[in-house]
Amino acid sequence: MKYEAVIGLEVHAQMLTDTKIFCGCSTKFGSEPNTQTCPVCIGMPGVLPVLNRKSLEFAVKTGIATNCTVSVYSRFARKNYFYPDLPKGYQISQYELPICEHGYLEIIVDGNTKKIGITRIHMEEDAGKNIHEGGGSFSFVDLNRAGVPLMEIVSEPEIRSPREAVEYMKKLRTILKYLGVCDGNMEQGSLRCDANVSVRPIGQKEFGTRAEVKNINSFKFVEKALDYEIKRQIKVLDDGGKVIQETRLWDSSRGITESMRGKEEAHDYRYFPDPDLVPIIVDQKWIDGIKTSLPELPDIKRERFVSEYGLPANDADFLVCDKPVADWFEGSVNLGGQPKNVANWMMGDLMKLLNEESRSIEDCPLKPGQLVEMLKLMDNGTISGKIAKTVFEEMYKTGKNAEVIVREKGLVQISDTGAIEQAVDDVIAKYPAEVERFKAGEEKLTGFFVGQVMKITKGKANPQIVNELLRKKLMQQP
Amino acid sequence: MELYRLTISEIRNLLDRKEMSVPDIIGSVYQRIAAVENKVRAFVTITQDKAMEMAALAQKKADTSETPGMNPLLGIPLAIKDNMCTKGIRTTCSSKILSNFIPPYESTVTTRLIDQGYVLTGKTNMDEFAMGSSTENSGFHVTRNPWDLESIPGGSSGGSAAAVAADECIAALGSDTGGSIRQPASYCGVVGMKPTYGRVSRYGLVAFASSLDQIGPITKNVRDSAILLNIISGHDPLDSTSAHIPVPDFTAAIGRDIKGMRIGIPGEYFIKGMDKEVEESVKEAIKKLESLGAIPVEISLPHTGYAIATYYILATSEASSNLARYDGVKYGIRAEGRDLMDMYMETRSQGFGAEVKRRIMLGTYSLSSGYYEAYYRKAQQVRTLIKKDFEDAFKKADVIVTPTAPTAAFKIGEKTSDPLQMYLSDIFTISVNLAGVPAISVPCGFTSRNLPVGLQFIGKHFDEESVLRIAYAYEQSSDWHRRKPNL
Repeated sequence: MKYEAVIGLEVHAQMLTDTKIFCGCSTKFGSEPNTQTCPVCIGMPGVLPVLNRKSLEFAVKTGIATNCTVSVYSRFARKNYFYPDLPKGYQISQYELPICEHGYLEIIVDGNTKKIGITRIHMEEDAGKNIHEGGGSFSFVDLNRAGVPLMEIVSEPEIRSPREAVEYMKKLRTILKYLGVCDGNMEQGSLRCDANVSVRPIGQKEFGTRAEVKNINSFKFVEKALDYEIKRQIKVLDDGGKVIQETRLWDSSRGITESMRGKEEAHDYRYFPDPDLVPIIVDQKWIDGIKTSLPELPDIKRERFVSEYGLPANDADFLVCDKPVADWFEGSVNLGGQPKNVANWMMGDLMKLLNEESRSIEDCPLKPGQLVEMLKLMDNGTISGKIAKTVFEEMYKTGKNAEVIVREKGLVQISDTGAIEQAVDDVIAKYPAEVERFKAGEEKLTGFFVGQVMKITKGKANPQIVNELLRKKLMQQP
Repeated sequence: MELYRLTISEIRNLLDRKEMSVPDIIGSVYQRIAAVENKVRAFVTITQDKAMEMAALAQKKADTSETPGMNPLLGIPLAIKDNMCTKGIRTTCSSKILSNFIPPYESTVTTRLIDQGYVLTGKTNMDEFAMGSSTENSGFHVTRNPWDLESIPGGSSGGSAAAVAADECIAALGSDTGGSIRQPASYCGVVGMKPTYGRVSRYGLVAFASSLDQIGPITKNVRDSAILLNIISGHDPLDSTSAHIPVPDFTAAIGRDIKGMRIGIPGEYFIKGMDKEVEESVKEAIKKLESLGAIPVEISLPHTGYAIATYYILATSEASSNLARYDGVKYGIRAEGRDLMDMYMETRSQGFGAEVKRRIMLGTYSLSSGYYEAYYRKAQQVRTLIKKDFEDAFKKADVIVTPTAPTAAFKIGEKTSDPLQMYLSDIFTISVNLAGVPAISVPCGFTSRNLPVGLQFIGKHFDEESVLRIAYAYEQSSDWHRRKPNL
């Protein structure tokens, strides 16, 4: 039987606020355990939460950017369960009345655009971390992360393949980063993903029984974990079994999902409105103000790059995926760079160099103006495309401008026909046998001759002139 | 002179006129504590050393102050219920589970008292986590009613009310979730005020039921109540539920006559089964009010009959969640366990008393999936109806007058085996918390056993002024509040 997968994602995004959601403690990552805590975020008796206004603003921004309706009236609820990293014995979250609802994202898979519905976005506090080390019969608890603001972004079960899931995650991360509300780092856990997965025979309307897959902590694993889980469920069904409703944990080292707890052991979280926090009432004016302050979002930017700069859709897709990349591109174009040339250099050489060092474009040593200057040297024939590659790499490594590098290394292109003619003559004289073969019709030897001339001129000869002269001289051979 | 018998305003006068010093009054109060505390047992922790330090500071401040009237509580010895966090001073909620807990922070109310230069005499006993009506649920000891040492002082702020009645402090703070200030004040013959929900910050008040808890003064007279309320009221940025509403000078509200004031008398509060002597005292008081110019009007609070059930669903639901943090992981008592789950269970089994466990179970049940709609949500809806009862009643009346409790103080042990009977002692006070309105209890008579009876005045949201005004007028026309127990 043929099956299709039904996937819904619950994404947790850590917000980039300076302070925690209900107290004034810093949210900085990687400090000594329990140094960023206060009576409020460690749940001491009698303390009370006070909402960080910024986290509300961030959630509303995200809601607007994902086409959600922002709730004028929403409220916090308590999610009750016992765990040592949860100091109050409940997590403050939103339940019945989330801040944003009914949105969607557009993803492109195999050239087709698809809408994925967003059920809701709500705010909540993060838990701390249990640390198991030292080998004793006890664990440590670090509450630095307790109270860091999170958004939970819940999709509709409208994702149909692991690839769509990856595209959805990428799109969501791009938007979050554009808005500056989350750094999108899955490895550090600032973006986390749980997936509800089920399969059903193609054509069937009802959903199959779903499993929730947790602990998917990198982009690579989104696809792998879902792939595994879908195949597992199909196999269960094909073997005549039944998929059971359960929570499964993705084990990335073994590449499998494993049962964590079944439906019977599922928590009853006993949600109820948090009486320590008043309902959140936002006025439309404030929402409108946020709307107008949003940056240009990736979809709109992509369209503009195509229409305004004449870029192919693929190039535009690549450039808008990361806002700093898009900014670098536009910075170069604004300084006079030809858009397609700039795009080519960025997608090719620049990305290669950055990736080699795992650098982001934000700390790229090369500035847009330097690329534009180099492109001018190419345009006016000072350097060839081949030399430009050397110059580019040199600029990246030393931070020097193209002109300086060209001067210091003597890389100016030889366009002096006299000098090139000499080199061509030398080559023809040196390889009589090849000249014979060429004349006998072996035309592909042109490349060999060009190569030899370039070798003599150390690559600086203007390739066009070399070609012309070679053809002329070879024809003249007796 | 027995300085410990004085009120806040009397001490203020003497201190400001330099007729006595802060150490004089503190010394007198501690002499009194030494004499009667072993009978009353109002305190969990007596903070004499700390009090001496605070007294010295207060005296210094008094000596150098050019505007003595600025700090009405400067040098005044006050007792604080042991569910308000005091930095560096053990705060137990009368629970074994917090018996070793020393807060590293100060509650907002006590911060405001410290800013005034008050002196902390001690932390008072209470029903564990404020759950109870007799202070018998303390995890440490039973507090006795100064009027009859065989009787309970009421609860849950029984320690604070008993300490004020026994003159072991000049005034005290209590907290009121379903009557926990007013009912013990009534049983101990003192004045107990529960302000409007949101009037006083709850930051640092160990939560029992967050949507109902409110801190308020327990004092020897109404004027002192107004003085204390002036200091502790007002918005607090640390408490989102504290109201952004200006605080009037409550002492200015008292002393004005009550001619033409409409006093609502709810038929539902004069029920069968109410103690005859209590009923008579209250009816006498109403006559007295009439003679002072107040106009009695009959009103109805039709949903009164549902108040106790509603309260015991909502309060326990919130409590089941509020008390989850006492898990042995971070502070308080931790019991040994084979594994995490076992440690949790042992800690909570050993740390909590029977009534607390009963309420955690009730609340957990009410919030469970499958029961939430029938219990918690339904109770919230009834709460709205009860609130509306009061709104409707206040269209006809300026304040509502009722008995504070259906009986006077009962004997120790009399109701401990029957929780429902115990819950009924709060029948007249609970609706007020559900509606969030302010109310005060003042002495209005004594039973034949010489036990005090309390009269309750209930006001509109944020209209503590009318409540204080009529309570003061009544108090001035009587001398119940001047009677002292024989200890």
